[in-house]
Amino acid sequence: MKIKGIFRRKSETRDKQHDRNILYMWGRHGWSIVRGVIIFGICFLILYPTLVKLSVSFMPEKDIYDVTVRYVPKNPTLENYKTVIKSMRYPTAFWNTLKLATLTSIMQLISCTLVGYGFARFKFRGRNVLFALVILTMIVPPQTLMVPLFMHFRFFDFFGIISAITGGRSINLLESYWPFILMSLTGMGLKNGLYIYIMRQFFRNMPKELEEAAYVDGAGMLRTFAQIMLPSAVPAMVTVFLFSFVWQWTDTFYSNLFLMNTPVLAKAAANVSNQIAKDMVRVVGAEIYLAPAVSSMYSNTASLLVILPLLVLYLFAQKRFVESIERTGIVG
Amino acid sequence: MKASAITDKALKTVAVPKKKKRRGLNLNRKRAMMGYLFVLPFIIGLVTFFAVPMVQSFIFSLNKLEVVEGGYNLIYMGTENYNRALRVHASYTRDLVDSLVYMFTNVPLIIIFSFFAANLLNQKFRGRSVARAIFFLPVILTSGVMLVIDSGDLLQSSLGMTQTDGQEGAFRAVELARLLLQTRLSTRFIDYIVSAVDRTYDIVSASGVQILIFLAGLQSISPSLYEASNIEGATGWENFWKITFPMVSPLILVNTVYSIIDSLTNSNNTVMTLIRDTAFASQDYGLSSAMAWIYFAAILLIVGIVMWIVSRLVFYYD
Repeated sequence: MKIKGIFRRKSETRDKQHDRNILYMWGRHGWSIVRGVIIFGICFLILYPTLVKLSVSFMPEKDIYDVTVRYVPKNPTLENYKTVIKSMRYPTAFWNTLKLATLTSIMQLISCTLVGYGFARFKFRGRNVLFALVILTMIVPPQTLMVPLFMHFRFFDFFGIISAITGGRSINLLESYWPFILMSLTGMGLKNGLYIYIMRQFFRNMPKELEEAAYVDGAGMLRTFAQIMLPSAVPAMVTVFLFSFVWQWTDTFYSNLFLMNTPVLAKAAANVSNQIAKDMVRVVGAEIYLAPAVSSMYSNTASLLVILPLLVLYLFAQKRFVESIERTGIVG
Repeated sequence: MKASAITDKALKTVAVPKKKKRRGLNLNRKRAMMGYLFVLPFIIGLVTFFAVPMVQSFIFSLNKLEVVEGGYNLIYMGTENYNRALRVHASYTRDLVDSLVYMFTNVPLIIIFSFFAANLLNQKFRGRSVARAIFFLPVILTSGVMLVIDSGDLLQSSLGMTQTDGQEGAFRAVELARLLLQTRLSTRFIDYIVSAVDRTYDIVSASGVQILIFLAGLQSISPSLYEASNIEGATGWENFWKITFPMVSPLILVNTVYSIIDSLTNSNNTVMTLIRDTAFASQDYGLSSAMAWIYFAAILLIVGIVMWIVSRLVFYYD
């Protein structure tokens, strides 16, 4: 009996220990499992539409109507890509967009870095009012300024200087990159208020001692900015550059406003199914309406072609991008 | 701070010797001048591409604008355009109210989700950098034209992802609604939750920048705060509400304002499209400007009120 009792007790404690271990393991690993599931779910949710697009873009028309085809096309084809690339005039549009996005994002980077530094590090009268105006430029919908800006660049005249030179005639800056350059250089481009805000927060968080050391060593304010502050601001600048490049790349608002007849990717993609229908009319010689599913297939393919270069860029830059947040913190 | 103030003083005494009068500028003045110089691009832009167009746009909204050879003519109409926008136009007021309602329902969810996601991404786990990269991907995937293409897209909606009327989406929500109805909560609350589930993708995809901002805020909280509270025996839950939440609360304000603006001015917003079409498709510049001004006033009012309310709840560390 005694021996039996001892045995039982021993086995009980072992069971309890086992239970406790499981509980402990659950507490420890349970959360990481739950977290893994949540993160995987959200990632899937984010990627799913793009994956659908990808699968649709390889489908011929009959696969779309085929009930048995769900994600993997039965007769994979590159025909969609060929049609879309042709009607988007992809190479031209790509080149134009690349020029436009690079140009504007560099200009925006320059202006926002300067302005952000000015707001962060110098005390001058009206600074807070001016900064409130930066926020205001973010709040005002671009549509409010749309018509005047259109007129402004259609009949461009800088305080009467240009009309004085050309003899009373204003110049038309539409269909050129000048509206973009001028606006981003003066911090008024697409979402520039946000970039100024990011740069300002970044510079504000940098230790003041860094600059003071430079001043003590005899560097002027410009030199301190160029040689001390700029190199350490690279992470924030990468963030701003990426944002501005991406948003300019996919922007239709300003490119519709200022570049009505110049092909750029975002505009071409928004319009692609109409354009294909038009192209077909030219070939067939009769009115053609694309079936909704087909036109949707084309616009999905086109949208993939628009973001493809951005995804490549993101792939290379994301490590720096994510690191830049990690190391510095754009806000705080 | 103290150290820098001292060095500031030291700098002043070093850099401003007795020759002050001859140089004319002391260090503070000089710094102020440099400040203006740095901000100068913005000031120029503010005047030429913001203030002047704002005033012009307001003038346009009070006039009838006719494009003529080499310029345009204005015919004064008073508040007629505003009247037309609000009372005569078939869909303006409805679109306006719709997009405001949409904003009010979405923004709280965006804030909650992005805060949650930022907290997740701030923890250490394997594959974190991949997860981060994917979480920020919507910034690219749903910007500008992508949003326009996706929002009206047939194939996407038939696969039940982006639209609420997709078959699968509806099915999913119905199941959830049935479950929630059994809990006997108020139906309005249930409706909100169910519609939130339906719009999961919209919310997740609108949260990219907000996650980024929250994450940056989380990173900037000093670890010593957590160390101290852990030594005092605080649990993770307490740490979250007593340290993380107050420290990040200023960013809730930033993100709320950003989300409101983003939701109201993104490229597939119906009012924005309407304003654009009124100007360029129907060539009614005056009406378009009036619509834009009403919209701007509404946004300003909302942002003002929200900022006022949220800023009272915000905790500032210093």
